[in-house]
Amino acid sequence: MQGTGETLPQLHIGGLHVGYGRRRIIEALDLPALEGGTVTALIGPNAAGKTTLLRALAGLVPAKGSIRLDDVELTGLSVAGHARHVTYMPQALPQRVALTVFEATLSALMSSRGGALSTADAHARALDALARLGISDLAMRGLDELSGGQRQLASLAQSIVREPAVLLLDEPTSALDIHHQLRVMQLVAELARERSIIVVIVLHDIAQAARYAQRVVVLQNGAVAADGTPEAAITPETLARVYRVEARVERCSHGFLQVIVDRAV
Amino acid sequence: MSELSPHAQELAAYARLVRRRVAIVAGLGALMLVALLFDIATGPSNLPLGDVVTGILHPAALDAPARVIIWDVRLPYALMAVLVGAALALAGAEMQTILNNPLASPFTLGVSSAASFGAALALVLGVGLPLLPADWNLPAFAFLFAFGSVLLLQSLAGLRGTGVETLVLFGIALVFTFNALVALVQFVASQEALQQLVFWSMGSLSRASWGKLGVLGLVTLAVVPFSLKASWRMTALRLGEDRARSFGISVARLRFFSLLRVSLLAATSVAFVGTIGFIGLVAPHIARLLVGEDHRFFLPASMLAGAVIMSLASVASKTLVPGALLPVGIVTALIGVPFFMALIFSRRERL
Repeated sequence: MQGTGETLPQLHIGGLHVGYGRRRIIEALDLPALEGGTVTALIGPNAAGKTTLLRALAGLVPAKGSIRLDDVELTGLSVAGHARHVTYMPQALPQRVALTVFEATLSALMSSRGGALSTADAHARALDALARLGISDLAMRGLDELSGGQRQLASLAQSIVREPAVLLLDEPTSALDIHHQLRVMQLVAELARERSIIVVIVLHDIAQAARYAQRVVVLQNGAVAADGTPEAAITPETLARVYRVEARVERCSHGFLQVIVDRAV
Repeated sequence: MSELSPHAQELAAYARLVRRRVAIVAGLGALMLVALLFDIATGPSNLPLGDVVTGILHPAALDAPARVIIWDVRLPYALMAVLVGAALALAGAEMQTILNNPLASPFTLGVSSAASFGAALALVLGVGLPLLPADWNLPAFAFLFAFGSVLLLQSLAGLRGTGVETLVLFGIALVFTFNALVALVQFVASQEALQQLVFWSMGSLSRASWGKLGVLGLVTLAVVPFSLKASWRMTALRLGEDRARSFGISVARLRFFSLLRVSLLAATSVAFVGTIGFIGLVAPHIARLLVGEDHRFFLPASMLAGAVIMSLASVASKTLVPGALLPVGIVTALIGVPFFMALIFSRRERL
């Protein structure tokens, strides 16, 4: 999709330390060259530090070390400065909110760029985002009236309307039915390619990570246990070491990687 | 709507929604004026509504007693009701948003308990501030303690990060502390002082005066623009704290300044009329049902709803028991609850 002469943005993470109080969650983590246009999946067992890493990349928890987007060092930027480059979509969706899908999307723009953006432009951009995700018909519906899948798409709209260079998604598919899981993942992969966004996504489903991500990072105890293409990162050895399961990694008749877990060890 | 716009249909739908909300806010404003007029016209000395209107527009046209009743009693009471209602409702609306809790009210974090303690000190121990007229001493004490309690809360919470839970827990601790201190002062109080204190804590408009009205009016006027300026950020905060921060909003800052506004509004109101519960809790709920949570509409609608309820409560406080003026704080809940229930039952699909 992208013009060939254009260089893609890159996110470099080096020597990252994150902790709450004295508890260290992530220590000396390096993730070089996360590239625009690609989806990077973060997988790993519970308490591996996936969400913490994502929140650190989003600037929501203090982190030591370096998070560099091309020439811009993100650690130490203000909340507003961070938000110009990075958007984070939390796993938990808000409950009981009396806002329409359109108003919620609009608030993502107006709350921090209110001055710089004319109202008409903001309206147009919000509606563009909804149209891109195929939910224009939900624009005037209340968030509370939506199904889980629709709410997740509405939440995605609030993220992409800000046109971030880096889009961080925390288990966006975990509460969805299969149809919506695939729809969300397909849209995320398309958006990454179309707009050269650096997408980092926490996933629970290893097969989904293998299918939609170009790069898979396996986290264990706050450190990188494997990093590479899905084929390189998702191996029976890694799964045994990180998840403590005996598993086979095979290709289905369509060529997608499948993980068949035989037993816990 | 331009034919060229790819989103003409959605834009038109949104324009309709905005028009409807503006109409609802305007309707609440009209309702408030009607309630205000009724409030001014209600009272022990029967003044026809016509005379009241004449008296307000052309004071010279009325005889002296009627003029005094309207200008020195009815008008300050009625305007105080509207102003206190609006101030408490705005404080409640902001509180519910920043604490992400529909049960929050301006008094959740101990503002009114602190004010009561200040009032108790002034009444019972007879402590006085220099350079203040006697009838301003008690409000000044109530205000100082109410405002001070919020500052204390902020600095305590600041020690441990300004999360919502921290704030609420410290707030609850303050409520219990000040309630205990008030009880202690009551225990040592004389019979007469005790009676005054109980009456004060019920909340009454009979302490209204043009001077106090002016102070509360100025505080409200000073606070409202900042509330409205924060309205998009407050709207975004409804989508969750992490979400809002990832939109570039400094939530800690937003919360700090909002709490400062809440404490100014609540402390000033409590200082002048005593504790008036329920308005700050219910008015935002009514506003939410009517216009949703786009805070550009939600905050004004809350203020107007609060003013309407308070005004109606003031009318009721004069008419429920013939010949007696009930403390309005008792009436707010009695009149607010049926109003609230009616709204919940009649609620259509939201938005």
